[in-house]
Amino acid sequence: MDFLSPVINGFGVVLEPMNLLYCLIGVVIGMLIGVLPGLGPAATIAILLPLTYGVEPVTAIIMLSGIFYGAQYGGTITSVLLRLPGEASSVVTVFDGFALARQGKAGTALGIAAIGSFFGGTVSIIGLTLLAPVVAGFALDFGPPEYTALAMLGILLVATVSNGSKLKSIIAASLGLLLATVGRDTFTGESRFTFDNLSLADGLDFVPIAMGIFGLGEILYNLEERHNKVQAPAKVANVWPSRKDLKESSGAIGRGSLLGFFLGILPGGGATIASLAAYAMEKKRAKNPERFGRGAVEGVAAPESANNAAATSSFIPLLTLGIPANATMAIIFGALLIQGVTPGPQLVQNDPELFWGVVNSMYIGNILLLIMSIPLVGIFVKILRVRAAILAPITVLITLIGVYTINNSIFDIWLVIVFGILGYLMKKFGFEPGPLVLAFVLGSLLEENLRRSLLLFGGDPAGFIGRPISGVLLLVFLLVMLLPLLQKAFRKTRSTAPAVEVRHEEKERV
Amino acid sequence: MISASNQEVSSGGSVTNAAAGNGPSPAIADELPEPLTAEQLAAEWDEERPPHAGPLANVAAAVATAALGAAGLAMSVAMGLGSPEKPEPGLWPFIISLVMIAMSVALLVFGRKKLDAEAFSSSSWQVAAGVATLVGFVLVVGVAGFEIPTLLLTFVWLRFLGKETWRMSILLSFAVTAAFYLIFVVALSVPIPHLF
Repeated sequence: MDFLSPVINGFGVVLEPMNLLYCLIGVVIGMLIGVLPGLGPAATIAILLPLTYGVEPVTAIIMLSGIFYGAQYGGTITSVLLRLPGEASSVVTVFDGFALARQGKAGTALGIAAIGSFFGGTVSIIGLTLLAPVVAGFALDFGPPEYTALAMLGILLVATVSNGSKLKSIIAASLGLLLATVGRDTFTGESRFTFDNLSLADGLDFVPIAMGIFGLGEILYNLEERHNKVQAPAKVANVWPSRKDLKESSGAIGRGSLLGFFLGILPGGGATIASLAAYAMEKKRAKNPERFGRGAVEGVAAPESANNAAATSSFIPLLTLGIPANATMAIIFGALLIQGVTPGPQLVQNDPELFWGVVNSMYIGNILLLIMSIPLVGIFVKILRVRAAILAPITVLITLIGVYTINNSIFDIWLVIVFGILGYLMKKFGFEPGPLVLAFVLGSLLEENLRRSLLLFGGDPAGFIGRPISGVLLLVFLLVMLLPLLQKAFRKTRSTAPAVEVRHEEKERV
Repeated sequence: MISASNQEVSSGGSVTNAAAGNGPSPAIADELPEPLTAEQLAAEWDEERPPHAGPLANVAAAVATAALGAAGLAMSVAMGLGSPEKPEPGLWPFIISLVMIAMSVALLVFGRKKLDAEAFSSSSWQVAAGVATLVGFVLVVGVAGFEIPTLLLTFVWLRFLGKETWRMSILLSFAVTAAFYLIFVVALSVPIPHLF
């Protein structure tokens, strides 16, 4: 009963009209940006950060997380109907989803994807409910050394698992750490890297950086990329899947949900990897794998269940350890910090309303999304015809005016523009923006804990190895560091090591 | 990540392509483009991307980040490093700058040939133009309120960066400005500088 009562109280929080409204707003925006060209969930959440200032922390996070998992639903629609993945996590859905659309079964693909997403999301919320308090309990006696090791590992994993070159990602992460040191040193009070500029004296704010690098950077990048060909989407007939389709895909949905849940928990894991792994797994298990790519329902069901499960379970490391597992979580971490809430093991106990309010809101959000994806899908299919060219100036203005409203400061608009240019250049030169923003968010926490640990150990770094948990974490850190070298050596002997397999190994080790 | 795992997915995709035979219903097949295998899709997406920049782009990036690291290093030393048991403010930035320089050198030596940077093209000027309108917006907004710069920015982005028609651009830019005024000034009463 002790365990259940805060969970049930959480439902009380969700059912407050304000929270329900923001949950609805969040999932509708998520669904929309999944369907619309251009912005991904990370960019959208970054751009909408100023909206969260006026509301309660629970309400804000309910909305932001709604955008995140809502985008997983919406991304499916473009994959199936236009052969363009709306989100990175829907790339594999294109293969069988579009093949189904071509056979006139677009509705089936969308329906199965929606049901799979709903099931994956719900399984993952239940998993989150059961697992999060356990992890948080385990982490309650983490001290500064453990946090130092954990933060370092988190940054490294996000940097090495991201799309781009690992070296570049680590460079981006160090730039993020360096930016986090701008301003007053918390230990000595001395100014660092402020160049005698008063606006920098208190350090750089997270919001302009996230809005610039993710939001404006992406808008500027799309300005160059834009291909204005508007393709007619495939016709959607009956979205209610038949009993046969459901039967065929139920196994795939179950397996995809479980796999997605576990892959989502890992730092650096998340929806994209989960969808790829689930697709590969279904294909491997299938009796006749040659159906895949030619309209196998499982090929839509598995990745869509997995990406939703992973999107949900990636909240676990954030809410229980205070370590964001991916770029979007880093932004939500920043949003929590703005609200004066520090995510960490104490969150479940100290702020059960926030914790369970956010977790339970996901049930409601998923139900809303299921409704939008099956009976109301026609509306979103119509939205596919909106051109990116029309959206670009609107998003740009929301960004510029939005950042101004936080502190009523023109300087902040300049910051967004500067970081927007940086974000654009990073994309052009193949640097991932995610590690930079994540490292920036964790930067001061990492430095503080590192210095505290060193005080604790009397200046002897060997002390980290002396404590079992920080020692193990640092060992994993080293392994991940050396993994590319090992892989290289390994690949020379056996040239066909599938990339997805490697992820499984990583999962078991962490 | 995507590109790495595409290999896994596409290796099977080509097999299915060879065996492709069962035809979709002809009516729909006419409307929609041919289904592609994973490999062909990846190739098509690749084609739509701007051309790769040569190794020189990576060299330039590595030199720039190394220089940034070196600057950080110099400033950290100036702040004072102290010792592990009594760290001065400069110690932590010093360590990060070292990592940054080391990784930049590694990029210069080992990562140079990886073609993950994109070349700038004539359409990159659009980005420059876009940035110019943003700078213009900030310069004007403090002096003349947000309405006129909002109207102009929307119009330029629609007509010249987005290649919308004149009619569409003019109508939409007035509509957008009006909507922003209603949302930010009337409904939310945000203290953004405004004329009316």
